[in-house]
Amino acid sequence: MKVAILLFPGTNREKDMVMAFDAVGGVKAELVWHKETDLGKPDLIVLPGGFSYGDYLRCGAMAAHSPIMRDVIRHAERGTPILGVCNGFQMLIETGLLPGALLRNTSLRFICKPVHIACARTDTMFTRTMPEGYVMDVPVAHGEGNYYAGEDQVKALEDDGLVAFRYCTPDGKITPEANPNGSVANIAGIYNKRRTILGMMPHPENVTRAHQGLEGAPLFEALCDLQKVAA
Amino acid sequence: MTANAQRPPSPDHIREPEVTPELGAEHGLKAQEYKHIIRILNRAPTYTELGIFSVMWSEHCSYKSSRLHLKKLPTDAPWVIQGPGENAGVIDIGDGQAAIFKMESHNHPSFIEPYQGAATGVGGIMRDVFTMGARPIANLNALRFGAMNHPKTPHLVGGVVAGIAGYGNCMGVPTVGGETNFDPGYNGNILVNAMTVGLADTDRIFYARGAEPDQPVVYVGSKTGRDGIHGATMASAEFDDNAEQQRPTVQAGDPFTEKLLLEACLELMQEDAIISIQDMGAAGLTSSSVEIAAKGGIGVEIDLDKVPQRETLMTPYELMLSESQERMLMILKPGREDFARRIFEKWDLDFSVIGRTTVARRLVIHMYGQCWCDIPVMPLVDDSPVYDRPHEPTPAATAINNADYPLPEGGIPAVLKTLVACPDLCSKRWIWEQYDSLVMGETYFSPGITGPQAPRTGDSALVRIAGYDKGLALTSDCTPRYCQADPASGGKQAVAESYRNICAVGARPLAFTNNLNFGNPEKPLIMGQFVGCLEGMAEAGRALEYPVVSGNVSLYNETNGQAIPPTPVIGGVGVIDHADKAMDIAFKAADECLLLVGPKGAHLGSSLYLRDVIGKTAGGAPHVDLALEAKHGAFMRMLIDRGLVTACHDLSDGGLAVALAEMAMAGRMGAKITIDDHDDPAGFWFGEDQGRYLVCAQQPDIVTALAAESGIDVWQIGHTAPDTLTFPGGAQIAVQELIEAHEKTLPDSLA
Repeated sequence: MKVAILLFPGTNREKDMVMAFDAVGGVKAELVWHKETDLGKPDLIVLPGGFSYGDYLRCGAMAAHSPIMRDVIRHAERGTPILGVCNGFQMLIETGLLPGALLRNTSLRFICKPVHIACARTDTMFTRTMPEGYVMDVPVAHGEGNYYAGEDQVKALEDDGLVAFRYCTPDGKITPEANPNGSVANIAGIYNKRRTILGMMPHPENVTRAHQGLEGAPLFEALCDLQKVAA
Repeated sequence: MTANAQRPPSPDHIREPEVTPELGAEHGLKAQEYKHIIRILNRAPTYTELGIFSVMWSEHCSYKSSRLHLKKLPTDAPWVIQGPGENAGVIDIGDGQAAIFKMESHNHPSFIEPYQGAATGVGGIMRDVFTMGARPIANLNALRFGAMNHPKTPHLVGGVVAGIAGYGNCMGVPTVGGETNFDPGYNGNILVNAMTVGLADTDRIFYARGAEPDQPVVYVGSKTGRDGIHGATMASAEFDDNAEQQRPTVQAGDPFTEKLLLEACLELMQEDAIISIQDMGAAGLTSSSVEIAAKGGIGVEIDLDKVPQRETLMTPYELMLSESQERMLMILKPGREDFARRIFEKWDLDFSVIGRTTVARRLVIHMYGQCWCDIPVMPLVDDSPVYDRPHEPTPAATAINNADYPLPEGGIPAVLKTLVACPDLCSKRWIWEQYDSLVMGETYFSPGITGPQAPRTGDSALVRIAGYDKGLALTSDCTPRYCQADPASGGKQAVAESYRNICAVGARPLAFTNNLNFGNPEKPLIMGQFVGCLEGMAEAGRALEYPVVSGNVSLYNETNGQAIPPTPVIGGVGVIDHADKAMDIAFKAADECLLLVGPKGAHLGSSLYLRDVIGKTAGGAPHVDLALEAKHGAFMRMLIDRGLVTACHDLSDGGLAVALAEMAMAGRMGAKITIDDHDDPAGFWFGEDQGRYLVCAQQPDIVTALAAESGIDVWQIGHTAPDTLTFPGGAQIAVQELIEAHEKTLPDSLA
């Protein structure tokens, strides 16, 4: 199992991600510097959180043009699974691998707090380990996580079953109060059309060990077991 | 060489003013200080030299008013590796690891430009820590703002918090704790004190000392611009109504560059290349080069043409005094320059060999083919003035009679509801939700009342050391109203409370850093506050074997002659062997016994009850019995280590009733109280007597028996119960009602 975690200048949650793979599946992920041009043959590519290039332009916009991203796009076309979390989700959107945009939180402030997200479908390679109606208690930590897409685009996402997670109450209800950042339709994470790419704002890697809570573990169980799916 | 082509080949464009005693005075130098410079040089200083002397001898850099008294503080313990005098303090935390930490103020800049002032404060303190080879693993901050209803407060709170968040979050270092108070005494001078704790291997710690002659002087990091010139001088003077005009002296922060600088420095530190290193903080290139030279007993020759510059036509004066951020000065092993350069270039950072160390103990500055400064190093440091400023003790407060301040109508529930919503005790969620408290994944306790998966609330923040069982307990503490009433008791209490907060989670207090915020030391009463607080702090540090290893002094916190309340903040660090055993404050289950450890309450002087409920500032500070603190602290650690308690909270602001309410809110669970004091209910419930804890236990008899063995007072005061706090006689309040009041204050006041 080869997991490649990309490292951009300003990335800061790469070690959290490394620890999550190790804690849940004993998988030793590998860090790949953004100036590399060839990822080799990874079973999974992960774009972790942070402030790549300081987020001084649009979040993720500069990283989207790093040398390594050309190879990421090539892998995406081939169907290599990709997970982007927080700043990584922003990069996937900036590269056009996922649709929509991530705007500033409606509060205009950075928010770090635990939220709940409901898993929209449990039949994807990322969520097949989760029970039906799974609600994850997971932290967010971002200033620009307000997912936006046009009405038609949102409808298309919903019709095609491409919404991965929605902000919800602890018992799984999708309400405006449960939405921490103003995201359209409470969207917290989405897939690409083939459901080989998942981008999400909350940090499942920060809930994979006993003291953190273990609610992110099912996601990583699925990811650590991807080879079986591919075979 | 196209860049250089724009530069004039001669220094003709530099027009420097004539150096006179008046110009010295404009630089903040007193007449006798200016005369002393002439004696040292045997001539008048050049303009550049005048600038260098003025910053090195500023209060901020020279500690001229405080040095004499700082010597009284205890700085030694078997586990102290480095006490005050380096970039940060270092303590041994076992397993070949060291905790490196310091607290520093950015008060003046934050009042003038809150976002950048606070951001660069955080950046500066993190640099102090990673300069020594440590990866920062936790940030804390202690903030003091003016009254909530003061017109400037919302703007200042918003800016400072966003600035701290903007810098710390980008660096990927969790902000795990701190304190925020509001008091009219800070209307004209807010306090922004930031603390960073880092982790290093004990055999890989880097110091400013150690440089020898004929070694390369290397500049890394950001380019130098004209920002922050004379920041250190500004931080050494009082404000008037025109404070905002000083905005150009505030630096701008770039956390992204600092993150790169952190990674590049730590990468280079893995190799054997750095001899000595110093970050460029206050007084930038001047103080960093002078520190390295003075500590090595050598000289430094710098060619300023080689300093990476952000602006054109900069003068030597500007380059030496600029406080541009995210820069470091280091002395490399000769021959390792290219190796080091490659690392910094990988991270897209500037790297330039700007000079060499010399045998002659002089600071020599060249630029544009000319010498601009040639002065002896040692007098810059050793001859900086030391003042034994006259100090007058604060007159003793008149003792109060509790009977004069009976519980108002509504009794305990009404008072509690007022206190949990008062500015000092209300929820600071609006603030800490803007800080990334979870990055790095090792946060056990950080503030707030949150869901079951969120970090829990302890009296200290707690971060585990990755890969180990042990954790660090971190806390910042000060009760300015005690320091105001009685500086010596207040100083003692601040240390004792820090000690107590660490014991309350089950950790061993090891050492602290301090940030001493006071008014104008040239006023005897203010100087008296400073001296008194330090005496108390020293006594407590010695008695508790809890030394100070680093710190910062911020004086002249005055506007229009009005000084802040004396605010000596203590940043404490302790260690717990098994982080999993650490205890938080939340009630866990109903029908658990509540035990008060320590004496019953009676002291209402200088209490929150008196100030925020009765509306009166009166009475002395509570007495601190240091032997009792040590005994009770050890008892708490034993109870927690043996798993005999299910929650633990120290008693501080608001006394027993507030501690009870905070434990109830954290656990969203009530309690039924069975003990009372009919003679002095206000003192019993809201007295702020020291050395006390409130714990929850499933087997109270064991706790009581153990306490009896150690001669410790323990009182069974009731037990936990669903939803409501009920007091003897039937008075009660729903925990949810307390939570709502507690959460409402800050968002409402900032709206």
